Amino acid sequence: MSASSSARRNTVASRALRSPGLAFGFVVVVVMIVAALIAPWASPFDPDAQDVMLVLSPPDTTHLFGTDAFGRDVFSRILWGARISLTVGFLATAVGVVIGTVIGVVAGYYGGVIDRLVVAATDVLLSFPQLIMGLLLVAVLGASLTNLVIAIAVTAVPAFVRLARGSTLAMRERDFVDACRSLGYSDLRIMFLHVLPNILDELVVMASLWLAAAIRTESTLAFIGLSVPPPTATWGGIVREGFDNLLDGPWLAVFPSLAILAVMIGLNLIGDGLRDASDPRAPQ
Amino acid sequence: MFRFVIKRLLVAIPTLWAVLTTVFVLIRVVPGDPTIIILGDQASEAAREALREKLGLAKPILSQYFDFLWQVLHGDLGRSLATNRPIVDDVLSVLPFTIELTLASLLVGAVIGIPLGVLAAERRDGFADWFARIFSLAGVSFPAFVSGILLLMVFSVELRWFPVISTANTADPIERLRALVLPAINLGLLMVAYVTRVTRSGMLKALGEDYVRTARSKGLGRRLVVWRHAFPNVLVPIVTVVGLYLGVLIGNAVLTEIVFNRPGIGKLIVTALNQRDYTLLQGLMVITAFAIVLANILTDLTYGLVDPRVKTS
Repeated sequence: MSASSSARRNTVASRALRSPGLAFGFVVVVVMIVAALIAPWASPFDPDAQDVMLVLSPPDTTHLFGTDAFGRDVFSRILWGARISLTVGFLATAVGVVIGTVIGVVAGYYGGVIDRLVVAATDVLLSFPQLIMGLLLVAVLGASLTNLVIAIAVTAVPAFVRLARGSTLAMRERDFVDACRSLGYSDLRIMFLHVLPNILDELVVMASLWLAAAIRTESTLAFIGLSVPPPTATWGGIVREGFDNLLDGPWLAVFPSLAILAVMIGLNLIGDGLRDASDPRAPQ
Repeated sequence: MFRFVIKRLLVAIPTLWAVLTTVFVLIRVVPGDPTIIILGDQASEAAREALREKLGLAKPILSQYFDFLWQVLHGDLGRSLATNRPIVDDVLSVLPFTIELTLASLLVGAVIGIPLGVLAAERRDGFADWFARIFSLAGVSFPAFVSGILLLMVFSVELRWFPVISTANTADPIERLRALVLPAINLGLLMVAYVTRVTRSGMLKALGEDYVRTARSKGLGRRLVVWRHAFPNVLVPIVTVVGLYLGVLIGNAVLTEIVFNRPGIGKLIVTALNQRDYTLLQGLMVITAFAIVLANILTDLTYGLVDPRVKTS
């Protein structure tokens, strides 16, 4: 990597570190990840253990967030639910970013027929609302952890194809790419060792925002009843149970909603902070 | 202008064709034999065969595909597997509710988002700016079902200002409007967030331009400088962001309709999924995808209206 680009990266990193929003978002997300990791040890109750004597009991010192319609401890279920939401979110985004970027870079680099086909295909995919495409795919594939990851990743791919393609098109005309060609580097080497590092900033910013979108989609699908089947705890699923018992147990909807909201705000703060830091001209 | 519209529509034809093909393929992969769904698993093989014949499922897949394209071209989306009603009728009976909701939410987005964004840019880092930032962060962070449930809890269950069960399907215009308020705010939150952000950053840029300084130094009033000289420059980005997020809006409309129990396309999609009514699902996918393609064309046309530099002829 050239000296100028690593110098730029340093200023990006230092700008990012000085942004209070980004730091706050980072702390929130890390807390959530830790909560998901330590769920088996930190949850006071078995998340699936039912207690018919304690149906829909309001929050107290034993059951911090109350119990649900089956007498299960809501706090424990939220901790365990974090595992599903975060796992699906991270995996789906990772798969979407990798596939989308590879297709986008190849299309942008080669241009011509490949490029036109790829652009046409993304246009078609983008004609379907993201959530409705996700709904349909999960309905087609069947609700399971793997299928959720696949369905949400598919909805993420076109956006990353577009971004990677656009940035690669701009890079292709730069002198350093010509220099690489005249040195006899292979296309593969130029694309992924020289072009890719230069468009990485934008991809990282978009990935952090898409992570929020992926987790939102998972919780939304769970709310509609299309996530990992019960009794497995999911955030969206608990909100749904709360919605169905809105008058008898409002806490059931409130606590998982707050968990979802905290992750969304955290990830959006990280995404916004990274975007502002990587674009010095952006109005702060 | 007219030629531009024709050209834009012609360009959309291959996209629409590809959309139809994608829908057709996706729907055929849905697991579950439709004849079992309609007749139940106790039905005889002969009865199921007869139904298959009637639904056109006995034909080769390619001829089913061409039948499907031909029907859609004639505005026919087939009949629902569950109710046997024409799908076009089902869609048309709920479409006004979804359109009403979407337009109302765009209005909420414009009425709150534009002034908030302008104010935030004018008083950068002031109170209005911080408020705008926090508000738009909340707007993009709230999943539509979470904000919907919270609105319902506070304004319908606690304060009883609005009905808990939607009364949208009524002839009384006042009641219909009352049933629209919370869903429109819920769906509008996201639009407010996007419109505020794009207005703020566009206005920051515009207010720093030389012509704005000239206008100010001529002694023009604040209102004239902001709204007559700077603001028109932000219209194109606002139209872009609204067009771009229309798909997200339609997705959120599904959730808003579920939470507020409103009739609409979204509720119909969930019903179709639950009943495995795959012809209805197919019709609804076609409708939503066509709506987005149409919205993209409208977005392009609006550019010509809000920015005289964009040539649409």
